[in-house]
Amino acid sequence: MSAAINSGEALLSLKDISLSFGGVNALSGITFDVLKGEIRAIIGPNGAGKSSMLNVINGFYHPQQGEVWFDGALRGSLKPYQIARQGIARTFQNIALFKGMSTLDNLMTGRITKMHSNLFWQAIWKGKAEKEELKHRERVEHIIDFLEIQAIRKTPVGRLPYGLQKRVELGRALAAESKLLLLDEPMAGMNLEEKEDMCRFILDVRDEFGTTIALIEHDMGVVMDIADRVVVLDYGKKIGDGYPDEIRNDKRVIDAYLGVAHD
Amino acid sequence: MSPEILNTVEVVLNGLMAGVMYSLVALGFVLIFKASGIFNYAQGVMALFAALTLVGFQTGQVPFAHLINVIFGTDYHNWSNGINTVLAIILTMLVMILFAWLVERLVLRHLVNQAPIILFMATIGLAFFMEGLGDLMWGANIKVLDVGLPSGGSFWLEDVTRGWASEGANYYGMYIDVLDVWAAGIAIVLVIALMMFSQYTKTGRALRAVADDHQAALTVGISLRTIWIVVWSIAGFVALVAGIMWGAKSGIQFSLSLIALKALPVLILGGFTSIPGAIIGGLIIGVGEKLFEFTIGPMIGGATENWFAYVLALLFLMYRPQGLFGERIIERV
Amino acid sequence: MFYRESGDFKSSYAADQQTFPIRFDRIAVGVVLVFAFLVVPFVIDDYWEKSILLPFLVWAMAALGLNILTGYCGQVSLGTGGFMAVGAYAAYKLTTGFPELNMFLVILLSGGVTAFVGIVFGLPSLRIKGFYLAVATLAAQFFLVWLFNKVPWFYNYSASGMITVPERSVFGIAVTGSGAPSWATYLFCLVFVVVFAMIARNLTRGRLGRSWMAIRDMDIAAEIIGVPPLQAKLSAFAVSSFYIGIAGALFFTVYLGAAEPTEAFGIDKSFLVLFMIIIGGLGSIFGSFVGAAFMTLLPVLFKNIMVAGFGWPTDLVQHIIFMLVGGLIMFFLIVEPNGLAQLWRVAKEKLRLWPFPH
Repeated sequence: MSAAINSGEALLSLKDISLSFGGVNALSGITFDVLKGEIRAIIGPNGAGKSSMLNVINGFYHPQQGEVWFDGALRGSLKPYQIARQGIARTFQNIALFKGMSTLDNLMTGRITKMHSNLFWQAIWKGKAEKEELKHRERVEHIIDFLEIQAIRKTPVGRLPYGLQKRVELGRALAAESKLLLLDEPMAGMNLEEKEDMCRFILDVRDEFGTTIALIEHDMGVVMDIADRVVVLDYGKKIGDGYPDEIRNDKRVIDAYLGVAHD
Repeated sequence: MSPEILNTVEVVLNGLMAGVMYSLVALGFVLIFKASGIFNYAQGVMALFAALTLVGFQTGQVPFAHLINVIFGTDYHNWSNGINTVLAIILTMLVMILFAWLVERLVLRHLVNQAPIILFMATIGLAFFMEGLGDLMWGANIKVLDVGLPSGGSFWLEDVTRGWASEGANYYGMYIDVLDVWAAGIAIVLVIALMMFSQYTKTGRALRAVADDHQAALTVGISLRTIWIVVWSIAGFVALVAGIMWGAKSGIQFSLSLIALKALPVLILGGFTSIPGAIIGGLIIGVGEKLFEFTIGPMIGGATENWFAYVLALLFLMYRPQGLFGERIIERV
Repeated sequence: MFYRESGDFKSSYAADQQTFPIRFDRIAVGVVLVFAFLVVPFVIDDYWEKSILLPFLVWAMAALGLNILTGYCGQVSLGTGGFMAVGAYAAYKLTTGFPELNMFLVILLSGGVTAFVGIVFGLPSLRIKGFYLAVATLAAQFFLVWLFNKVPWFYNYSASGMITVPERSVFGIAVTGSGAPSWATYLFCLVFVVVFAMIARNLTRGRLGRSWMAIRDMDIAAEIIGVPPLQAKLSAFAVSSFYIGIAGALFFTVYLGAAEPTEAFGIDKSFLVLFMIIIGGLGSIFGSFVGAAFMTLLPVLFKNIMVAGFGWPTDLVQHIIFMLVGGLIMFFLIVEPNGLAQLWRVAKEKLRLWPFPH
């Protein structure tokens, strides 16, 4: 394991997080941080607790123990939507798009935390609500251009092929213009070409929007290529943390992936 | 003992027996829900339909007589003076099996993998269809169902309980309908039989396998369609028994189908997937609503039985959404 | 040939998200509105008013309301009849308690009262979902009807337990009571329905509508991306109940004139409105109208054909209608879960391409 990387300022830091369901420990004593502007990968074999980790970060699960620091402040017990408002957006392992809505509407829903017109103006529409809608529509169109999904703007997302759905989901998360973006297996089930596209989008997101990204991914090639730092989980414990090169040569990580017996 | 206590005991006893009836209907729901994940709103109408068909056979009515007479200007009503009750019950059961087959064939097969709420609404449609069909086949007039079960108050119980009251108290003994006792007895037998069936027979095991995991059941070669037909047939049988009991008690009329609505809070209480849950839930609702009507009812205008069960279920849901016996739901993304 | 979007370019986002993007639609809706407001009032007679137009308008209003809750927000409610009763009794108490109050205000306030009751009964939706919630709304249905039956204050201690609307007028013309002319009651309802259909369209296309649909399509994901479930669900219950309350108020004051809760606002009304939105189309404003029209016209049509035409007895026809409605519900859920509105949409898409199908 490498020496701690203290160069940048941490956007998110998790301290000694433990989470259990009934008697099963999903996470035990996990500590790591995500620096501003970096791409941080979380890897590990199936059932290692990666998705639970993301669920803790965006407040869907509440850990029994540990602290979550976000943007310089200790986070209290908040509901997921409140955490979204603080600036954390995410995508899901199994696509969780709103199937009955069009691409455009899905992306607009991603901006819901930024829209405020009240019931009265919504009912009247002309005036405040329309102005707000148009303002956000422009931002969303920018993202549509960025992700090259202009042609499917008005298509109900349920009808789109898998790869495009993944892209729309990324778009929905981007629309939130969050400080931290969580991606849960953004490339699962994609072919090589689609993966390359997705990698390009992820790197561009960081460079163009300055978003900090934490992602879970199984494709080691991809992880080693695009991640700045990697944290490795196994059976709910952290077994590695550092630069990709270090992780690649870490004995414990190799053991976990090759399935050496646990002692 | 004072008459107040004895009155309360009587209320509880009657509540228990009403509860058994609720359990009986709820059981039909649980069976179908477990095997196919369908919340079958039509269960109550199935009871009505079964009872109507039974009376129709018993009295030898010509099905669709009304319609036929109107179209052809004829005047048929009965084709015989009726048939033996046992034979009529068997024939009715055959009709319910035919019905189960048709439902699978025409409706369920086409709704596989739909959201539960869509299936629920489809069964509401089914309920309406059957209600119209039942009336069209057998006429909408209120019918009397007599399958030879005794009914009326038990004089024996009245005599015995009269002696329990303290000397000089103005107490006339408990009134309990013998029919209710019979119904309770039959319901208990039915429940035991169903449990034995699902525990010890091959079909029963397949049924439980399907309830556990559709996909896994398919991979070991269980035919989902056959199972569905079996389950709907069993539900039809339960509906028939429920229809006989309720029909013998209060006549066969439209309100019979509303007992389905009464079973809903029972299910909420007991959980949708638990047979013991359905039974205990039914007993709680039965006793609860009778006691509430007895104690609080007079103060607020009575007829609280109309809503008590639902409000109880509602309050319970707020506290424990998975029901008494359901498993805690862990949500995932 | 003329049903085209080509050549009809949108140069701004505002033009792109207008209600009827195709010119032909705009013209058609305009024609229908002109006809409804300027022609129908002059030709309407008592039969058309009582058996077709008023029921259609009232049920369209109720269907709009339920569609907001069930079609857009995904919360199934079987309490529509109960909520309509709240609107009706609120209107009754308001008209009898404040005789000077303007009728428009009476109806709107009745909607407001119902919205409040709707929020109370919507609270369980925060913890329970799907048909569990449907059962919870049944509690509302039965409890409310019981309440209006048993508490004499609601029916002003009348001996029969019925409520009867006093004659009230708008701009000097009676709209309630037996003396109200057909065209006046019709226009009174029409104004409400048209205005609130536009409001429903506005509500469903913006922030609020999207948060409803997000909750409907995937509630957990919705919460994680920032939709507050409490606000979304309760606002859907409130808005929906507001509409249903108005429908109930109109149903009682303008259409029925006198009502008794068990008969007028029973569980069958809840199902009727639910069927309207299933057949018309869940999550479609247009579908609410189609469904209401379908379910109002179907029995009228059948009665005309079978009872008046063939001379069949009414109860027999009633049973056939029951079967037909039940069968249609299953048919639509199997074949076209998005209802008649979707069929219409498909037809329009075909029409756009016509006469060149490829």
